Amino acid sequence: MTVRARLAVAALAATPVIVLAVFFVYPVAGMVGRGLYPDGSLDLGGVLSVLGRPRVHRVLWFTVWSAGLATALAVVLGVPAAFVLHRLRFPGVGVVRTLVVLPFVLPTVVVGVAFRHLIAPSGPLGALHLDGTAAAIVAALVFFNVSVVVRTVGAFWEGLDPRAEEAAATLGASPLRVFATVTLPGLLPGIASAASVVFLFCSTAFGVVLTMGGLRYANVETEIYLLTTQELDLRAAAALSILQLVVIVILLGLSARTRRAPAPGRAAAIARRPRRRDTALLLWTAAVVVFLLTPLASLVLASVHTDDGWGLGHYRALQTTGQGNALLVPVTEALWTSLRIAAGAAALALVLGCLVSYLVSRRWRTRMGRRLSRVFDGAFMLPLGVSAVTLGFGFLITLDHPPVDLRTSPLLIPIAQAMVALPLVVRTVAPVLESVDERQREAAASLGAGPLRVLLAVDLPVALPALVAATGFAFAVSLGEFGATSFLARDDHPTLPVVIFRLISHPGEANFAMAMAASVVLAGATSVVMLLVERLRVGSVGAF
Amino acid sequence: MPGLEIHGLTVRFDGAAAVDAVDLDVPAGSVTAVLGPSGSGKSTLLRAVAGLEPPAAGSIRYDGRDLASTPTHRRGFALMFQDGQLFPHQTVGRNVGYALRLRRPAWRRGARPEEGRRVDELLELVGLAGYRDRMPGTLSGGERQRVALARSLAVEPRMLLLDEPLSALDRDLRERLAAELHDILRRAGTTTLLVTHDQEEAFAIADRMAVLRSGRLVQAGSVTDVWRQPADAWTARFLGYATVIDGAGAAALRALVDPAATWTQLALRRSAIRLDPGGPLRARVLSARVTPEQLRLELEVDGVGRLPAVAEPGLVVTVGETVRARVVPDRLAALPQGR
Amino acid sequence: MRTHLIAAATALALGSALGLAGCGSDAGSSKGSTDSKTVTIATHDSWAMSKEVMAEFKKETGITVKIQPHGDAGELTNKLVLTKGHPLADGVFGIDNTFASRAVDEGVLARYDAKQPGSAAQFALDGDSGCYLTPIDFGDVCVNIDDTWFAKKKLAPPATFDDLADPAYKNLFVAPGATSSSPGLAFLVATIGAKGDGWKDYWHKLVDNGLKIDAGWEDAYTVDFTAGGGNGDRPIVVSYSSSPPFTVPKGADKPTTSALLDTCFRQVEYAGVLKGADNPKGAQEFIDFMLSHDFQAALPDNMYVYPVDASVALPDGWKTWAPTSPDPVEVSPADITAHRSDWLRDWRDITSR
Repeated sequence: MTVRARLAVAALAATPVIVLAVFFVYPVAGMVGRGLYPDGSLDLGGVLSVLGRPRVHRVLWFTVWSAGLATALAVVLGVPAAFVLHRLRFPGVGVVRTLVVLPFVLPTVVVGVAFRHLIAPSGPLGALHLDGTAAAIVAALVFFNVSVVVRTVGAFWEGLDPRAEEAAATLGASPLRVFATVTLPGLLPGIASAASVVFLFCSTAFGVVLTMGGLRYANVETEIYLLTTQELDLRAAAALSILQLVVIVILLGLSARTRRAPAPGRAAAIARRPRRRDTALLLWTAAVVVFLLTPLASLVLASVHTDDGWGLGHYRALQTTGQGNALLVPVTEALWTSLRIAAGAAALALVLGCLVSYLVSRRWRTRMGRRLSRVFDGAFMLPLGVSAVTLGFGFLITLDHPPVDLRTSPLLIPIAQAMVALPLVVRTVAPVLESVDERQREAAASLGAGPLRVLLAVDLPVALPALVAATGFAFAVSLGEFGATSFLARDDHPTLPVVIFRLISHPGEANFAMAMAASVVLAGATSVVMLLVERLRVGSVGAF
Repeated sequence: MPGLEIHGLTVRFDGAAAVDAVDLDVPAGSVTAVLGPSGSGKSTLLRAVAGLEPPAAGSIRYDGRDLASTPTHRRGFALMFQDGQLFPHQTVGRNVGYALRLRRPAWRRGARPEEGRRVDELLELVGLAGYRDRMPGTLSGGERQRVALARSLAVEPRMLLLDEPLSALDRDLRERLAAELHDILRRAGTTTLLVTHDQEEAFAIADRMAVLRSGRLVQAGSVTDVWRQPADAWTARFLGYATVIDGAGAAALRALVDPAATWTQLALRRSAIRLDPGGPLRARVLSARVTPEQLRLELEVDGVGRLPAVAEPGLVVTVGETVRARVVPDRLAALPQGR
Repeated sequence: MRTHLIAAATALALGSALGLAGCGSDAGSSKGSTDSKTVTIATHDSWAMSKEVMAEFKKETGITVKIQPHGDAGELTNKLVLTKGHPLADGVFGIDNTFASRAVDEGVLARYDAKQPGSAAQFALDGDSGCYLTPIDFGDVCVNIDDTWFAKKKLAPPATFDDLADPAYKNLFVAPGATSSSPGLAFLVATIGAKGDGWKDYWHKLVDNGLKIDAGWEDAYTVDFTAGGGNGDRPIVVSYSSSPPFTVPKGADKPTTSALLDTCFRQVEYAGVLKGADNPKGAQEFIDFMLSHDFQAALPDNMYVYPVDASVALPDGWKTWAPTSPDPVEVSPADITAHRSDWLRDWRDITSR
């Protein structure tokens, strides 16, 4: 590569790298450093001794088995649904696909409330006595992550050539044999990729375990939270954070290896109409959809159930600050704040995400270039897995000197949200850029187009739907972001998830009902955005 | 009558008929080619026979039994695609033995010795003895097609369905493999239905031929019959006839060839007109091109018009020269009236 | 009762003596001239105060108050400790007696000798610590019971700590966890204060008796408590002595719940000026305001706590239905700070699977 090209690449990479370094690496390193260097000198022994505590072992064991079980269940539920929603064509398939993606973008606090409402002793499913059990936690984890399996495996499946299966069928293999001997081996990389990402999400789940695990069950994430916020045992928190980082890096590496870019110009499967033999799969998918919708439905019902029967009274109350002045600002204002901040976060994530996606999707000629590219990609996926507590508190202790004293700045929350949304943007846009046939770019170049013109003429038209979809996706995720947002300095401009949490925390039936109504509004806003995103038919949204 | 019988088959995609009321018979033991340009619906026809596309109307019968309610994996028709579709994660031997393994009773775990023998037999049949442990990714295009063929023959299918089996190969490989395919199919005695857009492929492999155009069957019969008597001008051109002439030119040639005939349209192959100093036709040379096989000319023939012609490769001819030529009768085809 | 009066009098005298001895006030930092027309107060999430009362402060002093909620009291304190050198705000409200020692020991606060009402002296911290934190309100964390439920079941309701472990009340008790909830921690400290070294055995008994532990007070009260609006199935819950007035059903004049005053722990909430703040004077003025009559009078309705100023009248229902405990369990803040992590670790081991 010429010197000029190298400089150009470095310049493009500089902005995202600097942002990642200042707003992610530095705060996390600060928190971990506080733990490793409690009195100014490295206390590695202390850190190791933390890992030997029996409680830590219990916490690790719970994290591993709950995440493993949830992953297995999500795969079992999601793979048939992936087939139905990505290989079959029927009216309304787009709506169902949106419904399936929805849980992923909902804030954990809304889901926690919805689930608890369902399985509480007084709730509709109270008779199952699931409240406070590990089964409820696993169910909630599955709830969030089925969509990842469906989208990832579905996108992968769409790219599989159906003719191998057809050939096997003509050789006498029944549909089940075809699936077992031909489809499944071909699908395994997609399933492996989805499973490693789902395991990552489940093992770092915070809101769900906190709300639903009561105090009986703790995973690494909630343990870090308790150690930091309650006991100020930074050494132990740092030890666990380091452990978490190591595991995340391994999982991300695994996911990256099994993730495959679709081959350019591959004959994609044409979705076919469902036939009678697909009935079992259709029923299974319907059951999955019901499972995903039930908590949300119970939320909606609770929000319209007022003292005088059914009505929208709680929604009207959203203009107030709640019973007993529970809030500092009315819910409607918080909604407006959320929308503004999410827009800012989405814009930031988009700009940075485009730069990263472009650099990551290019075909590097040298081994060194390819290796750097993979490391670069992996680095920007890290925010997905690192504890929000560590990040949030890290901000507080590192960004305290001017000129970066942003602790109470309104910029901090969009930046934090953008860090979480950035990996999602990259995972949406990069595959699309990778699928552009290099020969098109070469043809354009040979016709006299410079690198920028090639970008505009070849990459942009292909990538435009993906860019819009990624922005929408990032917007939806930011709307519902709770973890990092709740730890940062909140002034009198709270976001909607934070407000919902406050309403739940303040006594008063009216407050709880308002929280339901606000949750429905939040879920509704995210749904609308995701529906619009779904119409763009960008397969890589929500796929890893 | 044994074999495949298709009556009035219609297959629709998004409302439009890809296959439109096709009647076709494939006698047992024959190799039938369905010939048509891309988009003519021939692949759809093949897939419908295999049970991969549901028909909108019509019936498909084999040995007298209607196949409408029989799912694909029970029809016993092995399907082979133009790029083989070998299972990439299995060796050649396991690919070929795939269907044999399906036949194993459920309780049996290990391979039966007959399976191994059959695999070796088939690999030898297709000329790939010793390839058993190779992976598909290491094979060339021609080798992959042969493995696919062996795999399809392994189950001794009732019928073999080939979807453009040679289109992905380059020319001389195609010719060689076409000849081999012809022999293998005859030796195996399997009823075969193949679809292709290449009439030379059809000629080389098949003994019966049907021509499909925009979903409709235009003509069917033995290869030689169809070739000798194309049903209309379009078919003639598709079958490789270089020109179709009618009107006065046709009349002039008719006078030469068969004065008693009544046809008014004539299809000519490139080699129908041959330079001959003693021939009845007088013409002026418009262009001449040397090829390894022959000298290709374009002539302006008196009373007829522009026609292609051939001559011995060594002959020297100049543009504008006046020459004489004769008609080679068996390189003509008279087209039926009124099309 | 008499011992308690004497204790109170002594504390009063002591407190006044300390007050007379004077704490002095830190001159405040020289952190540059920032806007002295706004003051930022870090609080916990349960802060609530009517707009009218807050507007009064602005009218009186011309200073605008920005409230910064930061999680519960523990999270608040820890955040202050973590940001010691560069404080997030000017002042703090909401550090309670379980975290007070940590805040003082870590040096996050500046001295301020606020003019406190006489009745507030009993709540002041011992020794020098009292110069850093000013008591503003208090609440009693007590076990609440659903009287109507017990009446319906014709069961005598429990009254003491030991009753809660009685098999007669098996599977009827729900409490928020000590590690994740401030009233939960208060309840734990109360049992430690009451049972001394035998507290671990007591908790084993509670767990064996089917005690349900929730993450937060809201889960315990609004979902699992029978009278908290959530139709739960547990009639015994850890809550506040000020909770009963809110369980008066529509049309009735008596609440359905009451507090067990023998099981209470007094939580006192303090306010202080942060060391190194931009606007220490503003923080001081706000603390003075919090001790003023109007603010103290508004505390019960907004934050469900009792004002330290005894001369302020409580809301009607409170006088009858929300008495404070005459003899709450006492554990010194220094004790709590010294042993809290051990206590929590042991508690977690006993209560988790």
